[in-house]
Amino acid sequence: MSTDEILSFDEAMEKYDPVLGFEVHVELNTKTKMFSSAPNVFGDEPNTNVNEVDLGMPGVLPVVNKTAIESSIKIGLALNCTIAESCRFARKNYFYPDTPKNFQTSQYDEPIAYDGYLDIELEDGTVFRVEIERAHMEEDAGKLTHMGGATGRIQGADFSLVDYNRAGVPLVEIVTKPIEGAGSRAPELAKAYVAAIREIVKNLGVSDAKMERGNVRCDANVSLRPHGRERFGIRSETKNVNSLRAVEHAVRYEIQRHAAVLSSGNPVVQETRHWHEDTRTTTSGRPKSDADDYRYFPEPDLVPVVASREWVEELRATLPEPPAERRKRLKADWGYSDLEFRDVVNAGVLDEIEETIAAGASASVARKWWMGEIVGRAKAADVDPGQLGVQAATVVELSRMVEAGKINNKMASQVLDGVLAGEGTPEEIVEKRGLAVVSDDGPLLEAIDAALAAQPDVADKIRAGKVQAIGAIVGGVMKATRGQADAGRVKELILEKLGVTA
Amino acid sequence: MTEQNPTGISAETLIRLSAAQLAEKLAAGEVTAVQATQAYLDRIAAVDGQVNAFLHVNAEEALAVAAEVDAIRAAGGAEAEALHYLAGVPIAVKDLIVTIGQPTTAGSKILEGWHSPYDATVVERLRAAKMPILGKTNLDEFAMGSSTEHSAYGPTRNPWDLDRIPGGSGGGSAAAVAAFEAPLALGTDTGGSIRQPGAVTGTVGVKPTYGSVSRYGAIAMASSLDQIGPVTRTVLDSALLHQVIGGHDPRDSTSLPEPLADLVAAAKTGNVEGLRIGIIKELHGEGYQAGVENRFNDALELLKEAGAEIVEVSCPNFQYALGAYYLIMPSEASSNLAKFDGVRYGLRVLPEDGPMTIERVMGATRAAGFGDEVKRRIILGTYALSAGYYDAYYGSAQKVRTLVQRDFEAAFAQADVLISPTAPTTAFPLGEKLDDPLAMYLNDVATIPANLAGVPGLSLPGGLADEDGLPVGIQLLAPAREDARLYRVGAVLESLLEAKWGGPLLAQAPALGAVSLETQEAK
Repeated sequence: MSTDEILSFDEAMEKYDPVLGFEVHVELNTKTKMFSSAPNVFGDEPNTNVNEVDLGMPGVLPVVNKTAIESSIKIGLALNCTIAESCRFARKNYFYPDTPKNFQTSQYDEPIAYDGYLDIELEDGTVFRVEIERAHMEEDAGKLTHMGGATGRIQGADFSLVDYNRAGVPLVEIVTKPIEGAGSRAPELAKAYVAAIREIVKNLGVSDAKMERGNVRCDANVSLRPHGRERFGIRSETKNVNSLRAVEHAVRYEIQRHAAVLSSGNPVVQETRHWHEDTRTTTSGRPKSDADDYRYFPEPDLVPVVASREWVEELRATLPEPPAERRKRLKADWGYSDLEFRDVVNAGVLDEIEETIAAGASASVARKWWMGEIVGRAKAADVDPGQLGVQAATVVELSRMVEAGKINNKMASQVLDGVLAGEGTPEEIVEKRGLAVVSDDGPLLEAIDAALAAQPDVADKIRAGKVQAIGAIVGGVMKATRGQADAGRVKELILEKLGVTA
Repeated sequence: MTEQNPTGISAETLIRLSAAQLAEKLAAGEVTAVQATQAYLDRIAAVDGQVNAFLHVNAEEALAVAAEVDAIRAAGGAEAEALHYLAGVPIAVKDLIVTIGQPTTAGSKILEGWHSPYDATVVERLRAAKMPILGKTNLDEFAMGSSTEHSAYGPTRNPWDLDRIPGGSGGGSAAAVAAFEAPLALGTDTGGSIRQPGAVTGTVGVKPTYGSVSRYGAIAMASSLDQIGPVTRTVLDSALLHQVIGGHDPRDSTSLPEPLADLVAAAKTGNVEGLRIGIIKELHGEGYQAGVENRFNDALELLKEAGAEIVEVSCPNFQYALGAYYLIMPSEASSNLAKFDGVRYGLRVLPEDGPMTIERVMGATRAAGFGDEVKRRIILGTYALSAGYYDAYYGSAQKVRTLVQRDFEAAFAQADVLISPTAPTTAFPLGEKLDDPLAMYLNDVATIPANLAGVPGLSLPGGLADEDGLPVGIQLLAPAREDARLYRVGAVLESLLEAKWGGPLLAQAPALGAVSLETQEAK
């Protein structure tokens, strides 16, 4: 697909200094759409969550969703922005069938929030400040599905289908100022920034924040300049990079691609790029110039949004604990070491562990499961741990089964595989796979008798007080029961049988 | 002989009653809503072939609503008590306003055959008042014009002279009311589309304060200028209708939050003593037809005799209003009309050859579906909003708009109500200005400032011009939210003029094919 030359990342870093910029779109989880009373629900039958406003019928008018404004102000406050006392929407005019009015109603020169910052903590604890240019409100477009082509893109398609369920879903677009000085940590910073935004909007409760559903979508701008030069290079904008890992990879790839172009003495083309998860490369989209003419003008069907200072302060008072402070608190509550906690954060399972603890597991058990079992599986499957679909309740159920001696750790791990394979609940899987630890003493006693009879010398040693020799008998029992016996109970029964106290 | 109803009111007389008079007779049981509605439907059948005011006649539904009103009245009790004053009084609706159950075309081929899935707020309110909707009236395509000649469905003719224009864009509504095809109609006014047709047809037309009447369901031309309003034969009727359709609507963000004033009471005040009425220096004299100027002066004389104080005010920035209007209106229209692309509804035209891409289908649809005047304004507006031109055109126009608003503020510091001729001329012959857009645009010079400032305006008949015997309109303007003043002054001036004429001006209109024996028998 891609024939672009790339330089190695190290070589790119030797020669050039990357400058980043991000536009992150956050879909708000309001009950209704930005400008209409149609439901804002993901995943329904196409074109069911629409009314005359969403379809751009003749004569309709937009009405601003107050909850969407509140959510936008909350996002602005969480990003340390100034909230505009009064701001307007504008019309961005362009013809495209996913936009029912052939203009998008969006804020333009009067964003609701501006001039903020966000402190991003990298994996090693380094804190990097990203300046926020603005956060503005807009409406989402419908979803086009191109049919009949090989690539799923409009080029080569026979026809396209359009679903307007998403048309008019409220979005907040968060735009950074150019991010300088990240150097070789640029890809890592990119991932950490988007993760931080996702975490903030989720924490605020204003978005479902599921990247796989497009609730948080990132456009990543990358440009390079030779070390020491102040002027920015020409940027590319990689659109719709929709997982944290992809953000990191896309930024890394674009740095390498730009470096190869520049090294060969050519100029970088200012354009949008498409990200391909399968090849971890980008391909050329459409040329983008600053002169794209959307004929913006103030939306005459809407009155300005006025955010009184009292209202802003009321909203500020409702803001939840910021994620960074929350992390500090959780670390103390859970009693993890610095290293343990950082691993948990870096693995991206903080929420999952918190949920698991809330569902009844101890902090150490929750960490053991997520870090020991689930993160590894997510890596193998090449997805974020949260995307595996493991529920907190499942982890609690598994750990309880182990604690109750119903299954052992090895079996629990097998049960988890079964859960991930969609075989059912842990209990069902234990049942189906016949994994239960044998706790009926009858069959155990039989197996013990057989094992003692098979190894009389060992039995004598134990009787003589060499209790550590018991392993051989236990091993024999476990073998006979194909691992389904509770080793602890087996040990107890052997000692009892031989009249020895441990 | 025309058919007589039991109380002896002929259909001929019935259709000439004002809406208020008809409402009284309906309430008194002297006529039924079905009789009244049928009389209007008969009149439409008899004369609309000549006038072409209606694009669609909604006979069945109108009669059903009328029958429902009659049944409620006949049953008596609380439900009859609760009937709206105008229940059973028929009305025509400009075909720019969407209605369930009837086509809405906006006078354009691009919406031919389209049925709205929803009712405009004003239509919901008409239905709530149980007013039978007679049908949809003709207009310049998307309300773009001053003569109704830009309708894709043929021009409407002026009942005073069938070779002349009925004004525009709401020529259909004005002509329907003037030709006694409806007692009431709804119009929309972006730059004078209610008032100028009112002026040239001898009817009353009101552009309410911007935000006084919900725009939800009025197909937008220029959102910041459009306003729905009444088209009637008397000032009181306009007040009654304004009271039905006005008031806050949560579906229109620009709708005013406060309740409407009592406009009907204002129309019944009956005096103008002590009111200061301001003549706008810039809106009469040069460029105005002599007969128009004469009737304007007569109106001033009558108001003075009635105790009003006539003052002169100056609005120097009005000279730039027309230019600013012809930048703001097409800019907003270019964006508002982008939705007509053949993708979701209305006309779809496929390119005759070449690749079948979405852009080319949109292009072919818009090329075939829009008329020349619409295309002219889309092109103008697209240009005015373009990067690099925005500040010079759209930006400057918005500044002029502010200056016009300030002129009004200054003028209203000196006068309670302003007065001017509604249009510089009487109705011009069909075809005369069709090839000269600028001359056509100039006809709106006196009405446009009110739209730019959002203030309310009312046009009422001022008499006939000496040189051509055609109606002249007098325009009254009030500060925003002071629509009541227009009804107060308008009703007084109307009664003084009618006293002078010995009856309504429309009584002097030439007879059209009157409700004849044949049409009555055909019933």
